[in-house]
Formats: sequence, C-alpha cells, structure tokens
Amino acid sequence: MLERLITTLLLAVALPAGAVEIKDDLGQVTQIPAPPQRIVSLLPSLTETVCELGACARLVGVDRYSNFPAQVNALPKLGGMEDTNVELIASLKPDVVLVAVSSRVSERLKALGIKVVALEPRSYKDVQRVLGIIGQVLGVDDAQRVWRHIEAGVAAAASSVPARARGVKVYYEVASGLYAAGESSFVGETLARLGAGNIIPANLGPFPKINPEYVVKANPALIMIGARGSEGLTERPGWNRIDAVKRGRICVFRTEDGDILARPGPRMAEAAQIMAKCLREKVGP
Amino acid sequence: MINIRPGLLLALLLAAGAACVLAGVLVGSTGWADLRDEGMGIILWEIRLPRSLGAWWAGALLGMAGAMSQGLFRNPLADPYLLGSASGAGLAVAVALALTGVSPQTSSLLAHIGLTGMAFVGTLLGVGLTLMLARGVEQTLRLLLAGVVVGVVLNALTGLATLWAPDILRAMQAFLLGNTGLLGWSSVTVMAACGIAALVIGLLASPALDALALGEATAASLGVRLPLLRLLLILAFALATGAAVAQTGIVAFVGLVAPHLVRSVCPTLHGRLIGLSAAAGGALLLAADVLARGLIRPQELPVGLVTALLGGLYLLVLMHRRSGSTQR
Repeated sequence: MLERLITTLLLAVALPAGAVEIKDDLGQVTQIPAPPQRIVSLLPSLTETVCELGACARLVGVDRYSNFPAQVNALPKLGGMEDTNVELIASLKPDVVLVAVSSRVSERLKALGIKVVALEPRSYKDVQRVLGIIGQVLGVDDAQRVWRHIEAGVAAAASSVPARARGVKVYYEVASGLYAAGESSFVGETLARLGAGNIIPANLGPFPKINPEYVVKANPALIMIGARGSEGLTERPGWNRIDAVKRGRICVFRTEDGDILARPGPRMAEAAQIMAKCLREKVGP
Repeated sequence: MINIRPGLLLALLLAAGAACVLAGVLVGSTGWADLRDEGMGIILWEIRLPRSLGAWWAGALLGMAGAMSQGLFRNPLADPYLLGSASGAGLAVAVALALTGVSPQTSSLLAHIGLTGMAFVGTLLGVGLTLMLARGVEQTLRLLLAGVVVGVVLNALTGLATLWAPDILRAMQAFLLGNTGLLGWSSVTVMAACGIAALVIGLLASPALDALALGEATAASLGVRLPLLRLLLILAFALATGAAVAQTGIVAFVGLVAPHLVRSVCPTLHGRLIGLSAAAGGALLLAADVLARGLIRPQELPVGLVTALLGGLYLLVLMHRRSGSTQR
C-alpha cells in the first residue's frame, strides 16, 4: 500500500500534471511541462488562434504584422519574418514561441534554450490541426469548439448564398501580375464551400501566376479582387469580353478586409461572409 | 570571329523579331490547338498581338537605352537601370500600391495616373534626382556614383514601404521580375512613340558617343559639345527606360546584353549600335516572353527570369569564346 503510494508520488514528480509532448509541423517534438504563461507568437494567424482560444492575456509579444484582436497591438512587436528581434524575444523570457515553419529564427531561439513550436496553417485542414496543437500547448480542453464555430460560420455564410449564385464561375485575384487563388488554396476552399465555382483548377497549385488570356477564355461570371491592384482591371486588354466585366460583377474588397481574407485562421468564417455578401449582391437572389 | 555587315544584321534581327511575333500570336494560354475556337480573332487581335508587339518594343527600348548608357559611361557593364531609373520606378509603384485604399483622395489620384503613369514619373524623378546630386552631367564618374547612391536610397525606401504594407509584396515581385501579360494597344502606342523619339535623339547624338570613345579630352578637342549632347542622351535614355519600365516592370539583363550581342558580331559606330541594339533587345525580350507564357501554360514564368537566364547564358558563351580566341 505504502509502496504504491510512494511510486505514485514519484511518478507525479517525474511527470508533472499538464505536461504534454507537442509534435509540430516540422516533425519536431517539444516537451511542454506546464501550460505556458508567457507566449510569443510570430505569425498573425497563430496570434489570432491563441486569442480565440482565450489565451490572449498570456501573450507577451507578437510579430510586426499581428494586429488582431486589437489588444495585441499593445504588446511588444518583435519584427517580421526576416528581421525577427531575437534579443527582445529572449528578454521577454517566453515559455514557448510559436513561429511559422518558414521562419529562420527557430534554430537561433532553440540554441538559446527557448521552446519553439513551428506551425503553418495553409488550408482548412491545417487550421483545424493547428487549433488542436495550440489547444494542447495552452492546456485548453476543447480547442475543437473554436473549429466547430468556424465551420458553423462558413456554413451559415454558404446558406446565405442564393441558389442562382451556386456554381457561378469565380476568378479571385490575389495580386496584380495576375496571381490567382486556385481551388487548392484556402480561399478556393472557401469558394467551394460557398457553392461557387473557380476558374483555376487545383492542379495549378494554390496561388499560381497565370496568363491573363486564360482568364478571358475561362470567362468568369464574377471577379473578386482586393482594392490594391484593382485599378485598371476593366481596361486590361480583351477583358471587356468577360461576362463579369460586361455586367459589372466585380467585387473590390476593402483594404481593411485584406487581413481577414488573407489569413487562414479563426476569422475564415468572417472571410466567407465577406465573399458570400459579394455573391449575394452581384449575382442576386 | 563572326563578322556580319550592319545592314544584314539588322535584317536578321528584325526577321527574328517578326518570327517571334508570329510565335507570340500562336502561343496562348492553352497552346496551339485553340486557334479554331470561336472569338479567337478577338483574342489574337486584342491580347496576343499587342502583347507580342509590346514585348518587342519594351525590349527595343531597353536595348537602345543600354547602348546609349554603355557609350555614355564608356562602361560595358552599364545598363538602362543606372542613374536611379529602376529604383525610382520601383519606389513609385510600391508607394502607389501601399496607398491604394488608404484614403479616398489618394485612391482617386492613383486611379487618374495609374500604376504605369506612377512608374514613369518615378523613373524620371529617380534620374532627375541623380542629375541634381551629380550637379549636372559634366563628370561621368560623379554621375555614376550619384546614380548608385540614389538607387540604394530609393530601394531602401521601397523596402520600408513593403515593410509597412506587406500585402503588396506579391504585386511588387511581379513588377520587379517583369510582367508583359497586360500589354494592350495603348501600351504599344506609347512605347512605340517613346522609342522613336529616343531613337532619333540617340542617332543625332551618336557622333558624340563615337568621339567620347576616344576619351573625354579628345572628344572635347574634336569640338564636341559634350554637356549638351550628354544631357540630350540622358533624356533619351530616361525616356526609353521610363516607357519600358512603366509598361513591363523591371526586365533584367536585356539592356545589358543586347549591345554586347551586337558588338560581338558586328563592331560598328554608335549610331548603328543603338539601332541594332534596339532590334536585338526586342527580339530577345519577345523570345523570352513567348517562352515565359509557353513553358508551363496556362501559368506564366516571370519574363525577367527568362531574360536573365537567356542573356546570362549568352554572355557566358561569349566570354568563353573570347577567352578561347585570345589563347589561340
């Protein structure tokens, strides 16, 4: 009896309550002994995920581009992807740093003895998985609740799209120089969930640089584009033949909404609602 | 050594350009087979033909600007993007993109001028700034140094703009690697007009370049009015570069390689060199454009990457051949 009690006690000391092993997107395993109280996030979508899981107060620093929710703007800004301020991060003594997979700073931080978890959401599936992993890191029980919330939001947006707009061929331009959002990008996934078509098939990759002539020939019925780069769209050579241009079915998204539309994270439902609104207003009931 | 007469070379280069125009009209987003489609006439006339002619003209502008700047600076490494032209255009485009949608006033101003207009103005501002810093055109070295300084400073400012508005990065990349995809008839007209004007000025001023090849002192003793002609040439150079950069972004290497290509097969006076370099640059950029849209259609490669690869390979071959012939 006593023996068993001692063993249990020893075990409890060796493996403190709440200790978790995290396998990140680089396949690296990190031990997190206790739910971290000082967190640094170096990717806007990860910052948003941490806050959505109710741990915004545990953030002690974020990257330059993290700007949502508003309260993270008060935190120290630690630079961007290429110019991360390692010294400032170290001085914040974080329990864990969340970085993008492509960030070059992780090695440096690990060498300083800081725990690093590299994550990079690119698709719906990724967002769900990243939610799960960050939930584990934070010690939050029901991270998938947030996922269900996103799913419900996207589904609500989809149900607001009128039947006439289903299957309508959409061209979504990410940047001028003609980078488009293909079916395999998360933007394309949102379009598919809204019931809209996409003129860029999945085999061209997520954000291919395409020949403008391809758009003319594909003849989309609706064009979605950010305010930046939308200038002169209708005057592009031959584009006056496109149905969407002829009938004025062009949605120019506000620059302020750019972050919502461009980040695969908790605000994907909001992005879906913006796109659904475009479908409603341009293709009509 | 190959040695071709200038007239023959010009005819060859123009024929190559014409062949590339034909190829450019035939190669579309889905390959050759779609010629039978309905509405194909419009695609050919409104998209492929102006795009091909536009790419040719952009290359021609860069080629002649390259020949002018190499003659002016007596430096085989000089290219059209010296004197702050490219960095000025880049900064103007970055600022225009970053300010879009920030406030209604800036947006409507930008809508009036357009990105092309901004890039053109940026080029002229960059060159103007360089001329001011160099306090005129008297000293070649000072001009070059001022151009380098202006380039570095304006590029740093462009970097700041992208830092402030990171979502313009992709559009900036398209600009910095060259983009021939959106050339229409209006672009062709603008570039052709600028090209002809720059060519005329270049030809008129070319005797000064020939004299300059003998050294500044000799040129002055020959009675060449250097300051005036230099200023004229820099104007022509800025006009040509500005028109090309505004329409197609920064296409690497064409302006550097075209004069070398011409000189290697046909050593000639500067007047002819400028004309021949234009024909060579046009053929090179258009060939690169045809490859850029044909290789992975319906996707495109940035045309600047293709010109850099083609031009770089050619320069390597040229260097190799030259060093081989001196050893013999």
